[in-house]
Amino acid sequence: MTEPSSGTRARAPLRHAVRQYLPATMAFAALLGLWEAYARLSGIAPMTLPPPSQVLLSGWRNREGLWDNILPTLRATLFGFAFSLVTAFVLSVLVDFFQPLRRALFPLFIVSQTLPLVAIAPLIVLWFGFGLLPKILLVALVTFFPMLVALTEGYRSVPEEIEALLASMGAGKAKLFLLARLPSALPYFFAGLRISITYAVVGAIFAEYAGAAKGLGIYILNAKNNFRADLVLAAVVASAVLTLVLFGATLVIQRLAMPWARTGEGNRP
Amino acid sequence: MTPPRLQLSGVSCGYDRLAVLDDLSLTVNPGEFVSILGPSGAGKSTLFRMLTGALQPQSGTIFFDGAPLSQTARPFAFMPQRDALMPWRRIIDNATLGLEVQGMSRQAARSKVRPLFAEFGLAGFEEHYPAALSGGMRQRAALLRTVVQERPMLLLDEPFGALDALTRSRMQIWLSEMWRRHRWTVLLVTHDVREAVLLSDRIHLLSPRPARVIRDIDIDLPRPRFDGATVATAAALETDILKTLFQTEETF
Repeated sequence: MTEPSSGTRARAPLRHAVRQYLPATMAFAALLGLWEAYARLSGIAPMTLPPPSQVLLSGWRNREGLWDNILPTLRATLFGFAFSLVTAFVLSVLVDFFQPLRRALFPLFIVSQTLPLVAIAPLIVLWFGFGLLPKILLVALVTFFPMLVALTEGYRSVPEEIEALLASMGAGKAKLFLLARLPSALPYFFAGLRISITYAVVGAIFAEYAGAAKGLGIYILNAKNNFRADLVLAAVVASAVLTLVLFGATLVIQRLAMPWARTGEGNRP
Repeated sequence: MTPPRLQLSGVSCGYDRLAVLDDLSLTVNPGEFVSILGPSGAGKSTLFRMLTGALQPQSGTIFFDGAPLSQTARPFAFMPQRDALMPWRRIIDNATLGLEVQGMSRQAARSKVRPLFAEFGLAGFEEHYPAALSGGMRQRAALLRTVVQERPMLLLDEPFGALDALTRSRMQIWLSEMWRRHRWTVLLVTHDVREAVLLSDRIHLLSPRPARVIRDIDIDLPRPRFDGATVATAAALETDILKTLFQTEETF
């Protein structure tokens, strides 16, 4: 009765890491190997399908140009995502306190998610120009709703006993929100964050593709127009790396923000 | 003579047309441990919701310290069925929850609660998160969170119902010892006959829905009741209570 339950399991970290990441690494290497072999042996023109080795080499040779275009994309992603997060949070709180607002606004948001990006992106550029603003808006458009849903679902995930307990202590709506609903939403928030951050990069590239002075989107468009499939793919690799870095950052932030989840409970879903 | 701490007279309550509590009367005096014992779904939770103000009785009166309950400011500290510890708060911050809701600063609440950890068998676990604790420890933390609110009366809603049998027995003995030291005024709701006999000064037996009190049992056996001379008497009383409960269920 005085012993703590075994919440944390000690495992050999290296063996654990190998077991965890080896299959994915092997699958990835096999795919690249097949691609390399096919591009070299089938006689297909490198302009159509460059082997991965050439993609990496071209990317390295053009690293300055790539880097120059990664930064604007990163900026658009982060600004757009920050704008989206703040808006989603403020709205989630309002909707949580005034349920009619939810019924008024949610259908609108759902419709906004059905708009095809291909059609919307050029229009937003047409309306707001080639600057940062249309990118921010487009990133917000694709990430805002998943974040709002994650937050509002999270608020509702408070167990009934905890709400009854707080009510018996005399907690009002505001205290109930701060003490129970908000912290309960954290796992949901981070689940939404991980999904949204990947959408955010895609959204930023789409916005640039529709019109921009700089950025990975416009870099891809130019490379394509110059028949440089290798540079298109190099830019794709760069955007994938960017997305993975941002994804990793959300995991680090989650670990810092939810120290209790490391003991094994409270990290649902 | 001082008025009873809690007095229900002829209280009925229900949802829509479904009667849940029917003409319920009971008394809890200061420093008494009173249990409400009945089958699952007999409306025990409804009674607690009425006491905490979430539900209004349809008829009858509830008095607290001689005044109508509705005029009394939150006299109960409530311990729910499952421990309801917040997984994102350390044990000490779970224990201070009620004090924080009352408006005490976190610092002051922590220094008030910290000295009690040893008595509740939680010394050294102040900074742990609930997930690191066993079921029994979590339940003790939940009781600590309940008593530090220093309300005039404790409401315990099947506090050990979710524990395994062995841990539950240990917790019942522990609670009986804690009560002997502190003499809290307690209303316990349970469907565990042994628990009620072990802990209570008086037991109100409830019938199945709509719940009425079918029998009041005063227990003046000396404590502790888990060993020594009283064990046989307590066991006989348990059998007697079970018989009454089974008979009532058959006639319904």
